[in-house]
Amino acid sequence: MSTDVQAHIKLYKKIGVALMVLTVVTVLASKIPVGVALGVVLALIIATVKGSLVVTYFMHLVEERKSICWMLLLTAFFFIVLIFIPILGYLDHTGKPMTLPNANAPVAEETTH
Amino acid sequence: MEIPYIVEKRADTGLNNVKLGIWLFLASEVMLFGALFSSYVLLRLMAIDWPEGSAVLNVPMGTFNTVVLITSSVTMVMAYASLKMDNLSGFKKYMAATIGLSLLFMVVKGFEYSHEFDIGNFPATSTYLAIYFTMTGFHALHIIGGVIVNTYFLFPGSKMWVTNKQQFINRIEAAGLYWHFVDLVWIFLFPILYLT
Repeated sequence: MSTDVQAHIKLYKKIGVALMVLTVVTVLASKIPVGVALGVVLALIIATVKGSLVVTYFMHLVEERKSICWMLLLTAFFFIVLIFIPILGYLDHTGKPMTLPNANAPVAEETTH
Repeated sequence: MEIPYIVEKRADTGLNNVKLGIWLFLASEVMLFGALFSSYVLLRLMAIDWPEGSAVLNVPMGTFNTVVLITSSVTMVMAYASLKMDNLSGFKKYMAATIGLSLLFMVVKGFEYSHEFDIGNFPATSTYLAIYFTMTGFHALHIIGGVIVNTYFLFPGSKMWVTNKQQFINRIEAAGLYWHFVDLVWIFLFPILYLT
């Protein structure tokens, strides 16, 4: 059991180094002139890789049963859906402030949904 | 009658109570930070203009804090591994390092916040600053919570090592899961607030 834990310790240190390297990659990637949308996507891809390393090895998900991992992946999928559904409704008029109808607010322009 | 599966794992799921409990709690934390992240997404999409993070915030300080938090995650998992190897002094050393690094993170955050306040940047100043202070503020509160729990396990809580070794190891594993989650949130917060 002790040799097993020793092997784990070596792995934890390697993952720690990998996370540091990916942090540097994140900062360097932000300097690439690709525009905001692609910059955010690139940053999130690298963050997802880092996050996956933390969840898989530091949070011991690699040692859990497959059904637990699939359940968490399903949760992550629905979480992403939850984040993106509101965005999809507003993609046709980004960058325009929304006004709420009330007695004092100016009349908002007709917007198509 | 004793509650079953406090220490031993259930045969069907492979989980004990503390692991199931902490993962359920982390699921609720995902909802909290998920709500904040989706607020950020919508606010940014609807904004007429949005500053570049690097123009407002200090990227080297943010990067340093990221390195500090990742290192604290490594020391946290090393504390757990030390207990698995029956090494209590190793556990205490690594847990103390984790707490020290967490406090260092908070000190750097304190410098960042006080600089923003000094130049007149408050949450009410702009939408960007409002979401920055809200998200990093909630994250900082979670760091403080983790420091309190870890300090308890380093000092009075470690008495359980004598009375029920396996249960103490399981508790440290649960504390580690929470701590890695806090690190995970920062891994996503840092690029979207500081770098984009």
